Amino acid sequence: MRYIEPHGHMVSRTTADYEALAHAGCVAICEPAFWAGFDRSSADGFRDYFRQLTEYEPKRAAKFHIQHFTWLCINPKESEDTGLARDVMALIPPLLSCPNVLGIGEIGLNKNSRNELAVLEQHIQIAADHDQLILVHTPHLEDKLKGTRLILDALKNHSRITPERVIIDHVEEHTAPLVLDSGFWAGITLYPESKSTPNRAIDMLELYGSERTWLNSACDWGVSDPLAVPKTALEMRRRGKPATFIDKVLYQNPVRFMSQSPKFHLAE
Amino acid sequence: MAPKLVDLGFMDARSKVLDVAAFLDRLQRHGQAADYRVQALRDVLPLLLDNQPDRVRRILEALSDPTLEPIPAATIQGAFGAYQKPEPARP
Repeated sequence: MRYIEPHGHMVSRTTADYEALAHAGCVAICEPAFWAGFDRSSADGFRDYFRQLTEYEPKRAAKFHIQHFTWLCINPKESEDTGLARDVMALIPPLLSCPNVLGIGEIGLNKNSRNELAVLEQHIQIAADHDQLILVHTPHLEDKLKGTRLILDALKNHSRITPERVIIDHVEEHTAPLVLDSGFWAGITLYPESKSTPNRAIDMLELYGSERTWLNSACDWGVSDPLAVPKTALEMRRRGKPATFIDKVLYQNPVRFMSQSPKFHLAE
Repeated sequence: MAPKLVDLGFMDARSKVLDVAAFLDRLQRHGQAADYRVQALRDVLPLLLDNQPDRVRRILEALSDPTLEPIPAATIQGAFGAYQKPEPARP
């Protein structure tokens, strides 16, 4: 089986995880910029982080014949500090020409505050100005529904953002229809407790369709499983899904979305 | 032909229902059942039994913040799994 992990925070994972992903059939990983588990004290911390994402991780992945792509931003958890956010966002435009950068992400909201929303709108503007794809993080648990509505409004309010170039991640049953009915792509995240289980993810594909959807593990420094995607493939087989359906959701769909970036090419 | 979904999922669902029951028993035994999150959980349990579709969506909505406006500032970074209604203002 071949598949793509379209959302994995590999800077937090061991090299053994890369090996396990390769054994499971992963051919490419896409790594959005995110929160390190603590608030960074200055933009210099992000300067080094962006260098890690654009220079070091691609080399680490390549040792296992996995291609590495990335997205840049300051994540919403650190967006309450608008001064820091401004300094970090100033670092991004020159880095958009790096060969593995696909766009702006994972931007979005966390607690749905005014500052978070203002920084989200500035990120959207950067994406529009530089013709970049967008990957959106939606808030956790009780904050997800409200945050998703605010994010959709912010995206729809920008005249130069087209929904087919935006993926809104971490959808669940109460937000997937809002996202898909507005024309955006939707990401379903497989997490042990929050977000979605493999069976719920397959249910959502049955209920809401599989044309503009991908599955990801969003594996990071927390309790998460870098092999959640191939494990869900096994659950799909147990539920009688054909191999063509599994390949479409786990490989062809991520390829279709990310190929909108001229930099996304998979090795033969 | 579609597989027998009951065979695939029954034991897992049975286990999860027993875990919810044990959780509520445990909180009751230790006097912690008054937490707003526990009340929120109790409030959504009837949705499991109403025999209407979209149970997951309706439960998630019931646990969500229903407000529409951004909050003035984020004072914490985490989330708790259930919306806590603000205390009514004292006269």
